[in-house]
Amino acid sequence: MAKTETDTDEYINAMSEDFLTFIVDGQSFGIPVLQVQDVLSEQPVTKIPLSSPEVEGSLNLRGRIVTAINVRECLSISKRDSDKSNMSVVVEHNDELFSLIIDSVGEVLRLTKTDFEKNPGTLDPAWKDLSAGIFQLKDDLLIIMDVSKLLENIKS
Amino acid sequence: MDGIDNPSDQPAKQVQSKPKPKKKDKTTATKPKTTQTLRVNVDVLEDLMTMVSELVLTRNQLLQISRAHEETEFSIPLQRLSHVVSELQEGVMKTRMQPVGNAWSKLPRIIRDLSIDLDKKIDLVMTGNETELDRQVLEMIKDPLTHMVRNSGDHGIETPAERVAAGKQETGTIRLDAFHEGGHIIIRISDDGKGLSDDKIKEKIYNNGLATQEEIDEMSKQQIHQFIFAAGFSTAAAVTSVSGRGVGMDVVRTNIEKIGGSIELKSDEGKGSTFTIKIPLTLAIVSALVVEAGGERFAIPQLAVRELVMVSEHGDSRVEYIKGSPVFRLRDRLLPLVSLSNVLGLSEKELLQEVKAVDEDIEDTINLDSDGKIITKDSDDQEKNNLYLIITEVSGYVFGIIVDRVFDTEEIVVKPVAEMLKGLTIFSGNTILGDGSVIMILDPNGIANATGNITSTDEFNEANEQNQRKSTSEKETSLLLFSTGDKTPKAVPLALVARLENINSADIEYSSGQMTTQYRGALMPLVPFDTTITVNDEKSKPVLVFSDKEQSLGIIVDDIVDIIDEHLDIQLSTQKNGLLGSAIINGIATDVVDIAHFLENAKHDWFKDHGDSPYISSSDGGNNDHKKKLLLIDDSSFFRNMLTPLLSMAGYDVTSLEKPSEALQMCEEGVIFDVIVSDIEMPNMNGFEFAQHVKSDGGIWADTPMIALSSHATPQDIERGTQVGFSNYVAKFDKDTLLNTLSQTFTENKTTG
Repeated sequence: MAKTETDTDEYINAMSEDFLTFIVDGQSFGIPVLQVQDVLSEQPVTKIPLSSPEVEGSLNLRGRIVTAINVRECLSISKRDSDKSNMSVVVEHNDELFSLIIDSVGEVLRLTKTDFEKNPGTLDPAWKDLSAGIFQLKDDLLIIMDVSKLLENIKS
Repeated sequence: MDGIDNPSDQPAKQVQSKPKPKKKDKTTATKPKTTQTLRVNVDVLEDLMTMVSELVLTRNQLLQISRAHEETEFSIPLQRLSHVVSELQEGVMKTRMQPVGNAWSKLPRIIRDLSIDLDKKIDLVMTGNETELDRQVLEMIKDPLTHMVRNSGDHGIETPAERVAAGKQETGTIRLDAFHEGGHIIIRISDDGKGLSDDKIKEKIYNNGLATQEEIDEMSKQQIHQFIFAAGFSTAAAVTSVSGRGVGMDVVRTNIEKIGGSIELKSDEGKGSTFTIKIPLTLAIVSALVVEAGGERFAIPQLAVRELVMVSEHGDSRVEYIKGSPVFRLRDRLLPLVSLSNVLGLSEKELLQEVKAVDEDIEDTINLDSDGKIITKDSDDQEKNNLYLIITEVSGYVFGIIVDRVFDTEEIVVKPVAEMLKGLTIFSGNTILGDGSVIMILDPNGIANATGNITSTDEFNEANEQNQRKSTSEKETSLLLFSTGDKTPKAVPLALVARLENINSADIEYSSGQMTTQYRGALMPLVPFDTTITVNDEKSKPVLVFSDKEQSLGIIVDDIVDIIDEHLDIQLSTQKNGLLGSAIINGIATDVVDIAHFLENAKHDWFKDHGDSPYISSSDGGNNDHKKKLLLIDDSSFFRNMLTPLLSMAGYDVTSLEKPSEALQMCEEGVIFDVIVSDIEMPNMNGFEFAQHVKSDGGIWADTPMIALSSHATPQDIERGTQVGFSNYVAKFDKDTLLNTLSQTFTENKTTG
């Protein structure tokens, strides 16, 4: 992924935000770094029978119970080969912790708001709902994931 | 709530005034003793509690690790740590405790206002104010309590004039009692008012369309009273400022059930009513039973567990099925069962398959004894074949939950599930176990609701009685159901099956074009049930093993479905090889398999070891007014088992015996048969000798036609048979000839007679 390191001009600073990037099925996604609580390697997950398919299970993160969400399922992407290891990004939403299971974590990028674009109209409706907008990177496009929407869309 | 003082020092019955109900407000002024108190924010205590909970969990985790190791230098400090944590837990729990008096401190005023409003004289007596309850629980019951006391004042207590007329004191009394009883807190609200009016409630039930008049007439007093807990139900004649809006008792019950409590009502018209609320001491830390189903672990609160029963596939305690629904006989009562893995959608596995799923590397032989019960060969496997029933009761319904394993009890800290999982009523929360893994906590109420069709025990018993009556009037046969390529299930009498095995293709060898496998030191021929069955490398296939003496034959099928007891009534006969016909089994049209056909095809020498076996099959016998009585003598239990159902299906009343001597005894006793079918090769007395006895003795059987069954169907044998009195000689595996011979025998008799 391209690194669009901007100058540390104060003006730019006010206009920019840090994002953690991650990859799901080859596509780069970003979430505001301030939302991120933790980045985890693959964890043992307890299955929750009868829950919706997006819910992978729950796991113990230093004594707190975290609900694991399968982001691939949310994005209607087919399951990954089980031999490949996953990673997860832990976020807080409504005082509850959620672990978003993704393919791999990229890096932290500082992006200026001038590069931010609204969703293109042709974006897959399922994705449009979860995307807050798109950043143009030098040789990639970064979808900013709306975590609240993602979690609220999951029905029990 | 005060953090430091010991609340038990408080004098009983002291009503305190509080600025905030959440806090225990004790100042040194109200306390003659020199207890010092300190006001602490509730949040601080809550945080403390959470942290202690975590500490308990971590302690459990450490203990679990240390248990796995031999004595180490950590053991002793760990013991001490464990001890301190326990005391800390107890201490912090104590800070959460509040006297129940806090919840009802406002009640005297409510009652005073009420008595002025309604012009009644009401006395409120409260005992057990000092009984302590978890703060969380207290919060939950405060409003229900207030509501119920108002109800008692409004509906229960009569006006002074009414009371005098009823011969009571002018002043009515409402009592509130709180006390401990076996891990629960009991709160009782009683009044000496007019009690519930059955007629009024009945009228209301009818008017609200909750039940028909006939249903109401059949209800017990208790059942009628239960309706006051229904939503929107009020018997108050008019809506007052106090009550009568029909919102109430249902909410009360919901609130109390939410904290794992229950509410009971006792009422006598004219004498008053008593509500008894039973609530658990605390919600924070509970003891739970950890169980496994479908490969996942779950916790069940120990309070919900009435008892645990281990069932094995053998012995007296086993799970039985009524039309697919598992049931269990518990001390002569029939208990409906729910399979946890099915409820949770973890697997649709049948019990039998679960037994078969034992590691394939281990010899996973299941033996079926003559009664069709499964016996495990390997005692090490026994543990795996056991299932456990958790007997639980949900609002009067007693039922069992089938789980695969029971681990241990563990102190758990109940944590609420994430918001998006709240819809799963089957779980009441989740927690972290000592080993650090997350576990879901099951809610027996949710399980009962999820299964939906749990009938009350009475109804169930009734249904069962009918079932039993049926089974005594019609003889039932244990049938093994299995499936093959086509959709129709197949059935074979269980008594014929010696064992069930799993065989994968690596074990299959070919000898002279015949599929065989090495089985118990001998070669066993294998026959696929039909052409649709292929044995591939990945999956092992179940094999039905038929065995008699040294001989075995395996029939490969796709899947073992079930074992059921059903009256076998072949309704459609078929010309298809290998099938006897079709019958309705378990409500589904099922092909009944003719095992003889397979035996015959697989091994022509199968029958050589045996003498004749009686083989009566569907003949015209059924056309006669009464069933033809047939005596079958064969020393091989296998053939007896195979032929008896076949002959019964053909319309004969079959009596099967092992030894000719037993038959001769019956002859002496004067039992009359229409036909005798006898094996030839038998130890002690062979068929020829037997026939000679019967015919020469001039007994009552002298004129009974006799048919010999033998694999030695040589002309000499046939001649010898005819000499000694056999009217016919049939090759043992030839069921068609046997059946034809039998029917011929009867037509001949008819025409000659």
